[in-house]
Amino acid sequence: MAKTAIKSLFSPSATLMYPVRAAKRTAVTRGHILIDPDNCITCRSCQRKCPTGAICVEVKEKTWQIDRLRCVICNSCVDVCPTKCLSMDPEYPKALTVRDGKYKVTVAGPKKKEPVAEAGKPEKE
Amino acid sequence: MSKQIIIPFGPQHPVLPEPIHLDLVLEDETVVDVLPSIGYVHRGLEKLVEKREFTEYTFIAERICGICSFIHSLAYVQGVEQIMNIEVPERAHYLRTIWSEYSRLHSHLLWLGCFADGMGFENLFMNSWRIREHILDELEATTGGRVIQSACKVGGVRKDISTEQLEGMIIRIKDIKKDLQNITSVFLEDSSVKHRLKKTGILSKQDAYECGAVGPTGRGSGVAIDLRETGYAAYGKLNFKPAVATEGDCYARCSVRIQELFSSIDIIEQAAKKIPEGPIDIKISGAPNGEYFSRVEQPRGELVHYVKGNGKKNLVRSRVRTPTFTNIPPLVKMLSGCQLADVPVIVLSIDPCISCTER
Repeated sequence: MAKTAIKSLFSPSATLMYPVRAAKRTAVTRGHILIDPDNCITCRSCQRKCPTGAICVEVKEKTWQIDRLRCVICNSCVDVCPTKCLSMDPEYPKALTVRDGKYKVTVAGPKKKEPVAEAGKPEKE
Repeated sequence: MSKQIIIPFGPQHPVLPEPIHLDLVLEDETVVDVLPSIGYVHRGLEKLVEKREFTEYTFIAERICGICSFIHSLAYVQGVEQIMNIEVPERAHYLRTIWSEYSRLHSHLLWLGCFADGMGFENLFMNSWRIREHILDELEATTGGRVIQSACKVGGVRKDISTEQLEGMIIRIKDIKKDLQNITSVFLEDSSVKHRLKKTGILSKQDAYECGAVGPTGRGSGVAIDLRETGYAAYGKLNFKPAVATEGDCYARCSVRIQELFSSIDIIEQAAKKIPEGPIDIKISGAPNGEYFSRVEQPRGELVHYVKGNGKKNLVRSRVRTPTFTNIPPLVKMLSGCQLADVPVIVLSIDPCISCTER
């Protein structure tokens, strides 16, 4: 025990000087869920798979909302998304209260097929 | 007959990691009887299984306890796989074994720290947890979570460990083994620690067998039952021997856990060398219809998960029997006849994990 105690006197500290130094993260650390809004097709698979019911998708208004305080970062939504628009960021989200825990974003929605171009303008989405 | 008084121990107590209430009946500093009562962290998780699909329930099963979370999810997932007759690939078995042994290392180091703290030896507590940080870093680098891993799923595991990561793990675990040898020699050789641990809380082999002591509490008294010998996951293909001691006092239980630390390191090295290539999961379809008792070896003893399904997506019943629940009657036997000042050390020596006990 004395050897360990003397060794600790002269070795650098075992604790991280957070927040002066950034916190330790690895590539797979479960931080928070990010969405790429342009690729979302509002299929609602993520809403069905979420075990806590944190994700809420409105198809008519084309919005995707996640309740950060309910999300347990299990990554079921990331695994099941067909267009891979959901990903996991290794940084923890900022501290938040219940009132602004919900993060809402407008998404692109299902892509309409481009009709065959007639003489004139092709229909845009 | 001298006067008897009742002193309440818990639910808030500095040595207890989780709340349990013990009413100690004392006669002049000697404990005569103990009346335990639990129920302070009951969350109703067994009822929740009827409201979640059986694939989603894995995330709830691993949150039954924070210290032994991977092994809870492993027990549940094994039960469902046996009902549905799913053959999990070999690589998934080895990965599950490696993560289970890391969980066992981290749990025993946490216990060693809390035990030293219960005796008043804070420096040893901090040094044990400093080693535990290295283990948690390994778990975070491979699964993403330090305490809750979310790595098991029905049909396999969700993340893979690459060969370079495995080689790095074997190198780092040799350094951890050297640090462990320094720390554990203090637990086993230091004269003040031995003075507090030897001959306190004696549980004879007959009592341990009759009261149903499991895990290191039973193995410290000579009851040599270790469920890893039944060969679930990849344990059937690895060599190890369960650690047993015969005196039945707190020192024997402490030395059993210390021997298990070194045997866990051995198992990890064996598994990392023998792991085969291949897929890590298998696609599943359908729903479980049947019942099964799934038994695994948690750091604290024998864990039993009973799952029952009837063909729908939600299971009908899940029942969890945790080792701390079975270790409370031996605790009552151990405490009879001891001095009041020895009560915290004896309560800690069974490794109470009350959040498992009342899901």
